[in-house]
Amino acid sequence: MRSNKRIVATIAHRAAILCYVAFALFPLFWVLKISVTPNDLLYSEGVRLWPSRAVFDHFDFVIRHSDFPLFFRNSMIVSLSTAVIVTILSSLGGYAMSRFSFRGKFWIVGLMLLTQMFPLVMLIAPIFKILSPLGLTNSLSGLVLVYVAFNVPFATFLMQSFFDGIPKDLEEAAMIDGATRFMAFRQIILPLTLPGMAATLGFVFTAAWSELLFALMLISGVDASTFPVGLLSFVSKFSVDFGQMMAAGVLALIPACLFFFFIQRYLVQGLTAGAVKG
Amino acid sequence: MASIDIKDVRKAYGSVKILHGVDLTIQDGEFVVLVGPSGCGKSTLLRMIAGLEDISAGEIKIGGKRVNELDPKDRDIAMVFQSYALYPHMTVAGNMSYSLRLRKTAKEKIASAISGAAEKLSLTPLMERRPKALSGGQRQRVAMGRAIVRSPKAFLFDEPLSNLDARLREHMRGEIKKLHQDLGATSIYVTHDQIEAMTLADRIVAMNAGIVQQVGSPLDLYDRPANLFVAGFMGSPAMNMFEGTYRATDGAPRVELGQGVTVALAGPASTADGARVTLGIRPEHVVVGKNEPESIPAQIDLVEPTGFGTILHANAFGSDVKAFSLERGLAARGDTVSVSFPVERIHLFDTTTGSRIG
Repeated sequence: MRSNKRIVATIAHRAAILCYVAFALFPLFWVLKISVTPNDLLYSEGVRLWPSRAVFDHFDFVIRHSDFPLFFRNSMIVSLSTAVIVTILSSLGGYAMSRFSFRGKFWIVGLMLLTQMFPLVMLIAPIFKILSPLGLTNSLSGLVLVYVAFNVPFATFLMQSFFDGIPKDLEEAAMIDGATRFMAFRQIILPLTLPGMAATLGFVFTAAWSELLFALMLISGVDASTFPVGLLSFVSKFSVDFGQMMAAGVLALIPACLFFFFIQRYLVQGLTAGAVKG
Repeated sequence: MASIDIKDVRKAYGSVKILHGVDLTIQDGEFVVLVGPSGCGKSTLLRMIAGLEDISAGEIKIGGKRVNELDPKDRDIAMVFQSYALYPHMTVAGNMSYSLRLRKTAKEKIASAISGAAEKLSLTPLMERRPKALSGGQRQRVAMGRAIVRSPKAFLFDEPLSNLDARLREHMRGEIKKLHQDLGATSIYVTHDQIEAMTLADRIVAMNAGIVQQVGSPLDLYDRPANLFVAGFMGSPAMNMFEGTYRATDGAPRVELGQGVTVALAGPASTADGARVTLGIRPEHVVVGKNEPESIPAQIDLVEPTGFGTILHANAFGSDVKAFSLERGLAARGDTVSVSFPVERIHLFDTTTGSRIG
């Protein structure tokens, strides 16, 4: 009886997870489905799970005849630089927050929290006003600067929690063994925070990769457009080219998926380690 | 190896004072144990010697050289932490050689140093393992190995056995003592466990509330505690303490304990007639007998057999009197017995100041 109950419970549990996964992944499936549906079938076949004829014409067009390779390159540059810069800054900042007590720490933490409290829309006008005279609008470096500024506070708190989870004894032991504080940080603490850094890197990368608001407001030319802005170019006054738009979307998923594929080993470890201290 | 001089060392965090002026000289090769309850400042003192805490006032010298301003890495000391603090991403060999690699020691020298230490601590088969794959006792030994590979001026131990179970702790205690006898290194050992302090130390420094209470050999502290704190802290089961009034009018010094019970003293105490005093006697010195002269009637409340001996709790003159005896079946709960305190075993303290007065 008991084992039967257990089996039923397990099946219910798995079924619930399956439902959730199906629900979460369905839009992605739909993107894929439309990207391979020929234009003539898009409206004529009604609602079907898979078109009667699948083609890769949209992909071909997007890769060979649109500006998408350029948008991709731009997105790559922006997201990677943002992720790397934020991870480095937040590692240093998080370490300081975790290990040192210094004057004004309370206020710095407060200020960092404050930056997270406003809806981004409120900040667009002032940021444009600041960047414009500096020549940083319509440029990738301006975008990186803005993304870094918005991601550093949260990433610092994230990294701080990882450093908090590493016992102080370790670097004290290293310092007694003959290391300077920086050597102890580099040789002992940093290797142990790699999962945390991977988590931060992944988090910031995706945030920057999918950001639309600032990219749309700060960039006006095609040369510096990122891929989310580029997607909008498929929307014209009279029609939306869904096939190409979805094909571009599928392509845009690839780097993000690859990125997570490579760091997922650290990511799971990192996120759980940060959650449960010690 | 080197001596360590601690001169009027103080520590304060803002207005909170942790150490109120500690003076201590540790001889070359001596094993000194700092013992005291949690928060007494013993770990803080050790960390100040290591250079992990700033010194608010006073001076620390290692090998005659002032180290107040030196970084931990320049003090040439080794430390074993309570958590072992092994580097999780390095193997046992990596952990043990880290300090030598930082000093750019030649490869052959490193290899011979760590293999020597590994042999001494029976770690040789474990050299390629990560700390995660070691048991508590093995981790402890790696931590010791990391300390001994580079023959530092002094070893500092911060409650190194607290995380081990009782059996292993006893075993490692023996290993640490043996190691010290082999190496003859100056060692400072912090613990709150008075058994560890008694068994390991050449000299014990008993601390409480940031003040050194007594410095002396283990048996010194046990046999002649300088004050109520040391008397109560050292020894298990703890010393019996009874408050009473000191009487010396007719040339026969004694203590009145209440309910008409009076205990005679061996000699006069350094206090005035009528003063409030605390009489102390260790449980193993309380004599439990049936009908001795000068004895006090008592009723057994509780019997705790330890296997090794028996702890009897008896109610006499309204107080709980603990007695320890190697004899089994001396008395059962509810028995009426008599207890007596041999005069030569009695400790006398001033109740207000806590100092020893006889």
